[in-house]
Amino acid sequence: MERSYEKYFRQNRLPHLWCPGCGNGIAMKAIVQAIEKKGLSQDNTVIVSGIGCSSRASGYMDFDTLHTAHGRAIPFATGIKLANPELNVIVITGDGDCTAIGGNHFIHGCRRNIDLTVVLFNNNIYGMTGGQASPMTPLGKKATTAPYGSIDRTFDAARLAEAAGATYVARSTAYHVQHLTDMIVQGLDNQGFSFIEAMVQCPTAYGRKNKMGSAADMMKDMQESAVMKAAWDKLAADKKEHKFPIGVLYKEDGLDYATAYEAVIETAGGKNK
Amino acid sequence: MTEARLMQGNEACAEGAIAAGVSFFGGYPITPSTEIAEGMAKMLPAIGGKFVQMEDEIASMGVVLGASLAGKKALTASSGPGISLKQELIGYAACAEIPVVIVNVQRVGPSTGQPTAPSQGDVMQARWGTHGDHPMIALSPWSVREAYDAAVMAVNYSERFRTPVILLMDEIIGHLREKVVLPEAKDIKIYPRRKPACSRAEGYQPYTPDKDLVPNVANFGEGYHIHVTGLIHDETGFPVGSPKITEEAIDRLHQKIEIARDEITHTEEYFMDDAEYAVIAFGGTARTAYEAVKNARAKGQKVGMVRLMTIWPFADKIVKALAAKVKGILVAELNYGQLVHEVERAVAGKCDVQLCAKYNMEIFEPQEIESGIDKLCAGGKD
Ligand SMILES: Cc1ncc(C[n+]2csc(CCOP(=O)(O)OP(=O)(O)O)c2C)c(N)n1
Repeated sequence: MERSYEKYFRQNRLPHLWCPGCGNGIAMKAIVQAIEKKGLSQDNTVIVSGIGCSSRASGYMDFDTLHTAHGRAIPFATGIKLANPELNVIVITGDGDCTAIGGNHFIHGCRRNIDLTVVLFNNNIYGMTGGQASPMTPLGKKATTAPYGSIDRTFDAARLAEAAGATYVARSTAYHVQHLTDMIVQGLDNQGFSFIEAMVQCPTAYGRKNKMGSAADMMKDMQESAVMKAAWDKLAADKKEHKFPIGVLYKEDGLDYATAYEAVIETAGGKNK
Repeated sequence: MTEARLMQGNEACAEGAIAAGVSFFGGYPITPSTEIAEGMAKMLPAIGGKFVQMEDEIASMGVVLGASLAGKKALTASSGPGISLKQELIGYAACAEIPVVIVNVQRVGPSTGQPTAPSQGDVMQARWGTHGDHPMIALSPWSVREAYDAAVMAVNYSERFRTPVILLMDEIIGHLREKVVLPEAKDIKIYPRRKPACSRAEGYQPYTPDKDLVPNVANFGEGYHIHVTGLIHDETGFPVGSPKITEEAIDRLHQKIEIARDEITHTEEYFMDDAEYAVIAFGGTARTAYEAVKNARAKGQKVGMVRLMTIWPFADKIVKALAAKVKGILVAELNYGQLVHEVERAVAGKCDVQLCAKYNMEIFEPQEIESGIDKLCAGGKD
């Protein structure tokens, strides 16, 4: 089998540290396959991540890579993109990284419509620290810090991104890997803030705590719960319980921040570098 | 020579940074540092640079570090509460060795404190304000012209040592307006961004130290495929769990500054030739101390002044030598007593050390330091 995507990995940094059955590897591979489809140059693409299991992906990928601090990937990525708009900047983040500690940076990144492609690996839990509740742990689900079931209401990061000003918002899952790749390709196509939520299974922390079975069982769950956007829109409200839409959830045209800044430079009488 | 101008300290700081090659600024408004952001917002686009107002000071640090990694010289400025928020990523810059300058125009703390009032209460925060062992360079100018020069120096040191540098201003100098004559561009020495010495094919590793112990980390987008992390890493840039590498990494971070310590410790002496007593002061307070020492001389007291322009690394050698020469040292600082502990440490009992402290929103009056000098000359007795 042709494995042309292998050149996008740092072979000497593999194997990865993720647990058997973890969905992060699938999401990471979907990103490089999207990069390959788009023909992005490895010399001209930067991968930026926060802190968490998911954010360790940057170290395995053969590009300029930046493993930042917990929650801070988007500000670093914003600096890189503004300093050198020629670079393609992709952000990898976790549900806690993006919506808890990094929540403010996330909404402001969306608001600025800075041209980043942000892929959130959503495992519904804090994986790295051993299974504490995140803002995306569903109501009632258990975590080490929610031993009686979580009573914290859940963020819908996709709707949050849309409301905050992201110009491309999509969701897919580790089960729907071709679809996920396609969602990322379209995110890379969009010149502006693109947000892709990739549902990934965490059999070790989230699955075990909630008796969700093996990794395969969790993926089967994704298959059954995910509904394509067009079908979702037609679905009766009472049929939506325990299900979620996947596909392109939102899209609009909007000037990206770095391009908008070119006009500032022009007005100020400077020369764009 | 350039024409004389009436300038504010914050303004001079912004212009100095630009003269040193800064083309990127990220910040969040806070008194008394805001004029630096406002100056940058206006000046940077006019030279093709970029200014971005971020959502908070954590993001402001993140954005300048990103810009620096992408090859731009970058600056951020803040005060009190904002500097506290920046601490997390100041440590990141120290660990990942990313050049950046952080201006702290000090105001009264703790917490929101007295937002518009002068203070020098962040001396120890500048040194230790982030977790873990790390070295620090902090410079404290005492005039508007020196705010310009110190900004140039801070940018140069951040590039040369690939380390965060704190420009430790205070409200006195930040908001002071005075006549200045700035140097001409051709007379300003600029330390350029360090460059990889070999190619990837030749085995380039981003964190291999050069002879001066500083690594030549490539900029993003130059084809080196480097990895940058805040985890302790080896020369490849990748994290390692080894005790030996961890110890070596932390040693090198300190040693790269330590071996250049004499060169980057800037101090000035006034009326010291026959002095039997000395006042140590820095920043805005040094102006009042200078006046006080002059008045004391007029009264016949044999007192001089040592001004610290470099606050960190601390001027150990100079203070030690001073202690061997004088009978007593008075440390005048606009806080409850911070630098005085460093002075005591360096003096190590070789002479008397007294503190002249003030922390009530107001700057020193010369008489207050003069009575401190009187007490010092009387051997600590009123
Ligand atoms: C400032 C800070 N707070 C806390 C931590 C500890 N920490 C590391 S990873 C993590 C949670 C990661 O969860 P998530 O972002 O969902 O990513 P995952 O590991 O599940 O991929 C936490 C709390 C940290 N590194 N830094």
